[in-house]
Amino acid sequence: MRSYFKAVGAVIWKDFRAEWRSRENLSAMLVFALLVILIFNFALELDLDTRASLSAGVLWTTFIFAGTIGLNRSLAVEKDRGCLDGLLLAPVDRSVIYFGKAVGNLLFMVVVEAIVLPVFSFLYGFNVFQPGFLGVVILGSIGYTAVGTLLSTMVVQARTRDILLPILLFPLTLPVVIAAVKASQGFFQNTPLAEFSVWINILVAYDLVFIAVAMMVFDYVLED
Amino acid sequence: MRSKPRLLIALDILSAVMILTAAGLVFFYAPVEKLMGAVQKVFYFHVATAWVGMLGFSAAALAGVFYLREGKERWDIVGVSAVEISLVFFLAAIVLGSIWARPIWNTWWTWDPRLTTAAIVELIYGAYMLLRSGVDDPDRRARFSAVYALFGFISVPLTFISIRLLRTIHPVVIGSAEAASQGGFNMDASMQITFFFSLAAFSIFFADLLWHRIRLGELNSAVETLRVETNQEGI
Amino acid sequence: MENKTVIQVNNLEKRYGPLTVLQGLDFEVKAGEFVALLGPNGAGKTTLLRILATLSRPTSGQVRIASCQLPQAGTALRAHLGVVSHQPLLYGDLTGEENLRFYGKLYSIGKERIQEVLALIGLVNRKDDLVRTYSRGMQQRLTIGRAILHNPSILLLDEPHSGLDQEAGETLDLVLREVALEGRTVVMTSHDLVRAAGLASRVDLLSRGRIAASTSTGDMGPNELVAFYRAGLRDGGGA
Repeated sequence: MRSYFKAVGAVIWKDFRAEWRSRENLSAMLVFALLVILIFNFALELDLDTRASLSAGVLWTTFIFAGTIGLNRSLAVEKDRGCLDGLLLAPVDRSVIYFGKAVGNLLFMVVVEAIVLPVFSFLYGFNVFQPGFLGVVILGSIGYTAVGTLLSTMVVQARTRDILLPILLFPLTLPVVIAAVKASQGFFQNTPLAEFSVWINILVAYDLVFIAVAMMVFDYVLED
Repeated sequence: MRSKPRLLIALDILSAVMILTAAGLVFFYAPVEKLMGAVQKVFYFHVATAWVGMLGFSAAALAGVFYLREGKERWDIVGVSAVEISLVFFLAAIVLGSIWARPIWNTWWTWDPRLTTAAIVELIYGAYMLLRSGVDDPDRRARFSAVYALFGFISVPLTFISIRLLRTIHPVVIGSAEAASQGGFNMDASMQITFFFSLAAFSIFFADLLWHRIRLGELNSAVETLRVETNQEGI
Repeated sequence: MENKTVIQVNNLEKRYGPLTVLQGLDFEVKAGEFVALLGPNGAGKTTLLRILATLSRPTSGQVRIASCQLPQAGTALRAHLGVVSHQPLLYGDLTGEENLRFYGKLYSIGKERIQEVLALIGLVNRKDDLVRTYSRGMQQRLTIGRAILHNPSILLLDEPHSGLDQEAGETLDLVLREVALEGRTVVMTSHDLVRAAGLASRVDLLSRGRIAASTSTGDMGPNELVAFYRAGLRDGGGA
């Protein structure tokens, strides 16, 4: 059991170590996220009233798009020098690869979110430092990366690569987007929790269901 | 050369007969609904095709599970056949829904739960086909398709619930007290007969098409095997 | 040295959809043997090696390695396998030592062993450089280091000499000989008949999906080897 977590930790350590050297992944995600927020700012020209209802949507759209970049690159690294085989050769359960990569992806996404959120708060004037709201961000990111990691493992073995991931991923993650946006709105507009807690329930349900299913099918995705 | 099995020929005839009968029932037997007029009759086909679309979607996911467990190519063929066919059925359902919506709500498209979910399922289908075209190895392609069909199938109920909680103006035809105020209507006996018969007719039709498509897939696979075998210098 | 059979393959078949790559393949390797697997392109050498390495599943047939039945007992077996494939399996953005440390964590290997291996492959003075900056020969040596980090009793090598120049190839041979001397069982695929025969105790010829011929290298000179190769291909119905 301990060696299992040690192996998962090793995969995460490796990804962070390598990322620290080049910082390509993080900077790409970050720059892209900020650009998207900027574009939305001009494209939507929100006045103060509509801003309240749309800003949550802008935020999550940004996270979703930036997340795609991270997901793609995380698995592309493994494919490039055949490193995926290196992971498959280790005397550990295959699910170690899934968890190691998924948690790594989640952490990358959280790092980007941690930088984008203050900027967003500054531009749109919402208090993002509410624990409930941050919880929603985490829950949404978990669901997104859980499914995204599995799909990107498939995509990296296909011919059409990068463009395929968003096409596969977005229809499946709609519940996350809808629920996260509604829950975020609830926190931004200071609505009583009881009124929008159903969205948080949906997020939790989604996370649990898909992590479980991903674990069950991951082997099949890596088989040859 | 494999000839069409007798049962399939019988099924062909049965589907044709049932579809024609259903059409007859819809146009000549079922009464014209008071509030909406003649356009309401689109409803019979609309629901039937949507129902069949869901059937196909479930079949694809189920076939996917079976493929993962048994590894038999046939399940993969069943899966892709189900997706291809229900892709068309859902499209028909959406178009028919639009035709129905226009005179009633004065708009071609509404972002209501059922319609939106149908559109999302179409997108999942599209993604499924794109995924397949991007993988060359047949086993891998089958496995990935199976996994994606399964994931898609599981996500759709959650998506539907989410959108439903968000908003709805779609008529709740069966069993809602407020049906009339939402644009729904109560069905009398002749309508019910027509409705369920249409459902049955389209289900049979779907089974018929599915069987044909599976046969096509298997023949295709046999051709591939022959082609590869003659190309290889006789392993 | 016991004459125990370490690798036992019976009637192995591997198909990719309609394409049959291996069929009716029987293969046996005893403890301590160094077997070179030769054959024309497309014969299935890499496929066979991947199956032995548990990276690929057989379509049908029996594969037993060190009394582990594949594919079920794959996870346990991998602790005893060292694999060198076409690709380096190295992370370019990590240093040589960090690469070994990563794999070390996966195999539960301590720091001393890592230093030991670095010395064995002659990369101590470059260990803190990013693998991106390594030459192909250095990468190949590091790959071998990664493969033997956990002291596997079985080594599987897929054309390890490919892409190496003369000098790098000779360094590799030195490492391989040392490694083989430690009593490991080795299966190596290769295109280079003479070089392979120089390292191996036995040469098997893979043609059209099965083992077409086999010979111990003993006193065979280059001419005899080439003759053996040609004859094997002809009789095996090949190329």
